[in-house]
Amino acid sequence: MLGMAWRLLLFATTMTVLTTPNATAGGNGVVQTPSIFAPASTPAFAIRELALIVFGITGVIFVVVAGLTVYALMRFRRRRDDDGREPPQVYGSRQIELAWTVVPILIVVVLFLVTARYIFAIERRPHLPEALEVTIVGHQWWWEIRYPKLGIVTANELHVPVSDPAHPTPTFITLQSADVIHSFWIPQLAGKMDVIPNKTNRIWIDPQKPGGYVGQCAEYCGLQHAGMLLIVAVQSKEDFAKWAAQQQTPARHDAEVQAGRELFSSLSCINCHAVRGTSANGVFGPDLTHLMSRWTIGAGVIQNTPENIRSWIDDPASLKPGALMPAMKLSRDDLDKVTAYLLALR
Amino acid sequence: MSVLADTMASRRGAGAHRPLLAVLHEWVVTVDHKRLGVMYVVSGLVFLVVAGLEASAMRLQLAWSGLHVVPPGTFNQLFTMHGTTMVFLVGIPIVFGFGNYLVPLMIGARDLAFPRLNAFGFWIFLFGGLLLHFSFLGGEGLYGGGAAPAIGWFAYAPLTERAFTPGNATDYWNLALLVAGVGTIATAVNMVTTIATMRGPGMTLGRMPIFVWEILTISALTLIILPPLTAAQIMLLLDRFLGAHFFDTQAGASAVMWQHFFWFFGHPEVYILMLPGFGFASEIIPVFSRKVLFGYPMLVAASAGIGLVGMGTWAHHMFVVGMGSTLNAAFAASTMLVAVPTGVKIFNWLGTMYGGKIRFGTPMLFCCAFLFQFLCAGLTGIMLSVAPFDWQLSDSYFVVAHFHFMLVGALVFTIFAAIYYWFPKVTGRMLSERLGRWHFWLFVIGFNITFLTMHVPGMLGMPRRIYTYPADRGWEIWNLVVTLGLPLQIVGILIFVINIVISLRRGAPAGDDPWDAWTLEWATTSPPPAYNFDVVPVVSSRRPLWDLKHPDDPDGPHE
Amino acid sequence: MNERGRVGMIGLIVAETSLFAVFVVAYLFYIGKSLNGPYPKDVLELPIFNTVCLLSSSITIAVALRALRTGAARRAGVWLLLTIVLGAVFLAGTAREWYRLIVGHGLTIGTNLFGTTFYSLVGLHASHVIVGLAILILLCVFAFSGTLREHLERAEIASWYWHFVDGVWIVVFTVVYLVGR
Repeated sequence: MLGMAWRLLLFATTMTVLTTPNATAGGNGVVQTPSIFAPASTPAFAIRELALIVFGITGVIFVVVAGLTVYALMRFRRRRDDDGREPPQVYGSRQIELAWTVVPILIVVVLFLVTARYIFAIERRPHLPEALEVTIVGHQWWWEIRYPKLGIVTANELHVPVSDPAHPTPTFITLQSADVIHSFWIPQLAGKMDVIPNKTNRIWIDPQKPGGYVGQCAEYCGLQHAGMLLIVAVQSKEDFAKWAAQQQTPARHDAEVQAGRELFSSLSCINCHAVRGTSANGVFGPDLTHLMSRWTIGAGVIQNTPENIRSWIDDPASLKPGALMPAMKLSRDDLDKVTAYLLALR
Repeated sequence: MSVLADTMASRRGAGAHRPLLAVLHEWVVTVDHKRLGVMYVVSGLVFLVVAGLEASAMRLQLAWSGLHVVPPGTFNQLFTMHGTTMVFLVGIPIVFGFGNYLVPLMIGARDLAFPRLNAFGFWIFLFGGLLLHFSFLGGEGLYGGGAAPAIGWFAYAPLTERAFTPGNATDYWNLALLVAGVGTIATAVNMVTTIATMRGPGMTLGRMPIFVWEILTISALTLIILPPLTAAQIMLLLDRFLGAHFFDTQAGASAVMWQHFFWFFGHPEVYILMLPGFGFASEIIPVFSRKVLFGYPMLVAASAGIGLVGMGTWAHHMFVVGMGSTLNAAFAASTMLVAVPTGVKIFNWLGTMYGGKIRFGTPMLFCCAFLFQFLCAGLTGIMLSVAPFDWQLSDSYFVVAHFHFMLVGALVFTIFAAIYYWFPKVTGRMLSERLGRWHFWLFVIGFNITFLTMHVPGMLGMPRRIYTYPADRGWEIWNLVVTLGLPLQIVGILIFVINIVISLRRGAPAGDDPWDAWTLEWATTSPPPAYNFDVVPVVSSRRPLWDLKHPDDPDGPHE
Repeated sequence: MNERGRVGMIGLIVAETSLFAVFVVAYLFYIGKSLNGPYPKDVLELPIFNTVCLLSSSITIAVALRALRTGAARRAGVWLLLTIVLGAVFLAGTAREWYRLIVGHGLTIGTNLFGTTFYSLVGLHASHVIVGLAILILLCVFAFSGTLREHLERAEIASWYWHFVDGVWIVVFTVVYLVGR
């Protein structure tokens, strides 16, 4: 039937596209298409393996059952020269019905055993002292990222060192929520895990190739659920060490932006934001100590450029409608000063 | 078999001269199961159009990245209303509406056990549906723009707590469904009582049509699993209005508890929707294949099995919540287990078609598409039951594709089949086969373009419930194709509506039994008189009309 | 021969059982999880008298129906009245307990998880007692006017509802005052 052929064609095309890794890469080297079939970390590899097994089993079932259906529809359609008599009535068959119940049960048993094995294997975290520990707190609508042992606090970009399969250095992530339920999902690195208030969840990744991997919140969390993006930057051990060292330093204290810094400290900015080394230690909004070291602002919604920083401070809702930061309603002069200050927070 | 002339003549004659107000009054005060059944189905179809428009707006917004067809808040309201309307105001009323119309006829009864309770059930459902939609006009809500809820159709806590969702939008959702749910429970009580106590002479449980078995199963299920939703909604009401802390995580409560209660209802709910669809297929496929249903006892057992095991699968919606490996494995097991009786039904239908002489009338066309689409939906369901795979696919467009394949590709297609099949009985007129074929082909092609393609963005990492997406994720082309299936489906539905409107006036007269079928509803006139049967029918097999038409080879000895 | 009524009432009882079960599950799950007091063991006293009244009312209604079966409608009416009184005493006792908790201990539905689950579960039960009393009052009136004699089946089915309400109290009592304290 037309429908069947079309389905097969679409399926074949899809599988080709999906199993071709890394469809597009952005200008900054970040891999942009987060296909679950382009894994880069052990949990994602394991899931892909399991997926292919499952596709195999369900594929066979589909071909058999759909094939039988097509055959039945074609072979037993009423012919033009039909004599109008009713065909022989067959009420059932104990043996056939037993067979077609037992076989699926066996398939299910096998599938369950395979599944259980992968569940326990993936959720069991290897205990490794060299593992990096990160705590991620989900907020409406941004990600707070803390490295407790390194004393680093940042937002929306997770930097981790690459892991060598021979000597793994995974990253263990503790997930908490400051408000509603979110979900942490970087498809190429692992399955997702919900971020739930009053509950602590854990997930682990061990990315084996440097590069950028994207993801976003995967549990509807309110107005800007679509604007809660995430980038994971996987770096060589040296690059990560350099990045971490830089992040650990307190905020730069440039003389040229003194006016902006004073404005920032006197306005309500410090109620929500933290800038390490100054009086600002608000926790409602992202830590801004090294704001300019990040690629995006607004949790991935726009590029981190001077114009965008300026527009954001002026009226966040113009770039991310519903963002919980209010429009600061600064005069043009004040806006320039504060913007200059933030641009200096490298 | 039954007297045609008097009933038909009196109806036609009466319809020509009665004032509109008198006719409306009759329908408003009716307690006749047939009238109420029609009202349920018509209301459901109207809500289907409304929810379809909501879906169309969403698909236009998502056709490419960064579009501004609707503002973000409105989009969130659209997917909430779309899902809520489709499940509670389309699916439930249509399947119980068909149950209302057909069950007494199929078992040889005069009406349901509690006719006034039946009417109550309908009107409270309608009230709930109108209350929910009134929210669009209601006062302040989430960031303005009407007070329609924007919490998702499963309304996870604590997003639904007052702290995170001020205004009354959530309360519209809560109260409308609470009230409608009471009606559904009342109807379920009615159905169980009718089937248990009002079967005609000779109509043992083992001789009821499969559709009646399905209604019995879903009604029993409703009694057990709908009150938990009611309870959770009462809890949410108490939280929002009296400062209770059922889902207030700041006070130490569990956000996951809402999910457990909701899905304990939510998963069997989809079986409540789907089982009558199986019932439709089980009536239509035999008639159009000219063969008795293959393996009736196993089909009954399968329904019971689905009902029972289905109540133990709910947390497969929560694989990503962090329940721990043991619970994840347990629910993966129960979900895979329930796939067995569900899948076995396909084999029974295949066994029915085998050796038959299949006529491809419009009802059968929809059943054929149903078979393929249900197979796909079931298999993607098996994929999702594999918990680690679900850790990737949960909350992505893959799941959206899966459940639309089930609820549209399987359920709506069997509902279309049922409408084409029983319209002649309800109205006395045939629907146009020609328009039916146009409806079928446009809709099946459009449906597959949209929902088959939709699996792909899910596998490429696209989560659900997002009003837009970044331009460079590689999702745009797939979303465009998904949207392109829309116009075909819309035109298909339009043709369907036109078919109904035209055929009501000018359809070919149907007679008692246009399909040469075998169950009791075809033993009375089309439409049936108010009292259903002139003489209480006595049956001695599952196919009373087969016995009458083939006195030399009745079913009884073979069953 | 009122098959329909019996099956219908069983259906209703199944649904109501399911409704209560969820509140019981929530109660059990939240035991010990309140972040602040007052706590159950500080404020709850065993409502022995109340419980005896309510459970006795199951006996009195059974006696009433026995009387009705023999045609003694007036006697049935008296026993029904007794049932109503016992039910009303139970409600009054619940009201007194709530007054003591709210005014005396400052425990409201919004105080903590204990308050939330306690008032909702006990309150849900009490609301069903109120509905039951309304039904009993109707039965009582019809008994005294003599008409109930022809509706023995209906009275019996209504009494099932009352027995159900009493049965639920046994569960609530156990969960709230024994397990949870």
